[in-house]
Amino acid sequence: MAKLAKSPWLIHYDGSSCNGCDIEVLACLTPVYDVERFGVINTGDPKHADIFLITGGINSQNKAVVEQIYSQMPDPKVVCAVGICACNGGVFKDCYNIIGGVDKVLPVDVYVPGCAARPDAIIDGVIKAVGILEEKRKKKGGKH
Amino acid sequence: MMLKTILGMVLYIVFAPFVGGLLAGLDRKITARMQGRIGPPILQPFYDVRKLINKDILLINNMQYLFAWCFVIFVVFTGALFYGGFNILLVFFVLTTAAMFFVLEATTTNSPYSVMGANREMIQMLSYEPMVLLTAVGFYVATAFTTGTGAGTFSVASIISESNIPNIVVLPGVFFGFAFILTIKFRKSPFDLSMSHHAHQEMVKGITTELSGGMMALIEVSHWYENVFLLGVVALFVLCNKWWSIPLAILVCAITYFVEILVDNTSARVKWENMFKHSWIITLIFGVVNIFILQMLS
Ligand code: SF4
Repeated sequence: MAKLAKSPWLIHYDGSSCNGCDIEVLACLTPVYDVERFGVINTGDPKHADIFLITGGINSQNKAVVEQIYSQMPDPKVVCAVGICACNGGVFKDCYNIIGGVDKVLPVDVYVPGCAARPDAIIDGVIKAVGILEEKRKKKGGKH
Repeated sequence: MMLKTILGMVLYIVFAPFVGGLLAGLDRKITARMQGRIGPPILQPFYDVRKLINKDILLINNMQYLFAWCFVIFVVFTGALFYGGFNILLVFFVLTTAAMFFVLEATTTNSPYSVMGANREMIQMLSYEPMVLLTAVGFYVATAFTTGTGAGTFSVASIISESNIPNIVVLPGVFFGFAFILTIKFRKSPFDLSMSHHAHQEMVKGITTELSGGMMALIEVSHWYENVFLLGVVALFVLCNKWWSIPLAILVCAITYFVEILVDNTSARVKWENMFKHSWIITLIFGVVNIFILQMLS
């Protein structure tokens, strides 16, 4: 039975995004989209989170932060890159400080394209991430 | 008597998590509706706990584990004593011990957010504790009237079986005071300083920041136990030896819980000075004056 699928808790981190995608992530919580319908909670605590939602690309300053947050999340966990910037650097790709997409430092499981990614696309991405979460739990041997 | 005591305790220990979880689910649903959202399913809190159990636990140190378990055990013990019909003073003292273990658990982690949450939890305790004690005293003074014998009692079983009318009739002020500090105990806005169920992130998740996986699940379940116990105290204000007091008590509990949710959704978190000041003022005005008048009359 799906043990994790019904309660995905997110932690949202704003990399070097233009804030466009962040606003769309927050829009998901509003009454129009209401992700809490699916049990999604936007928690600020990596230790409670299952899905790491990153917007914007990785630069030399936030690389350590992103890695730190990821290491503080208990297994099983998934990384979801939201927006084209998080996928591969997007319009900021050639900037001197940008390392690239999130997958340059973390194993990304779900890519949500778009500039900005639309709330429906983000919700889709989260639902996909939940599926992967479940697979990871099974692979781990599932404690229960 | 003995049988009733054991039955009360067993029923509480077995069913409180289900009632508490359902209440939490209803709470989230009503909150969502108040905000114009559809909201999660009623069973969502159970899904959350099941999820948490299936996650890894990142333990900071073994003390954390020990204190978290002590918190759980003492919370369950509090409720069991209460539903077993024991002395209400004893019940409240055990509750304070439980709260202390929760604070200790957070302080051992050495994490700044967790410790900040623990400090705020202590201030919360400081704010609600006088009213909690006054509630016990209130029952003692009130039962002298409601039982018609002129002798007060602290025993939960006797408060119910010997009162001829609901104690709330002579304790309206104490009831209001207790309902006021219930906002702190339920961790609802405006007094959810040490930890909040909402997406406030000013200090991450406060006192629960360093809890993960199964430990977090454990703490969630013990909060359900605690909520069911607290609603039991609300019911105690209404219960007496008449049959109609039972549906009335359920009604009063439902109204109290609904008002708590309403307050939660219509107010923002306040500073600790504010919480402290207001809860002590309310305690003084409503609690102390109520008991004082009763004493004068007796
Ligand atoms: S994908 Fe577009 S909207 Fe999103 S962070 Fe990048 S530039 Fe901004």
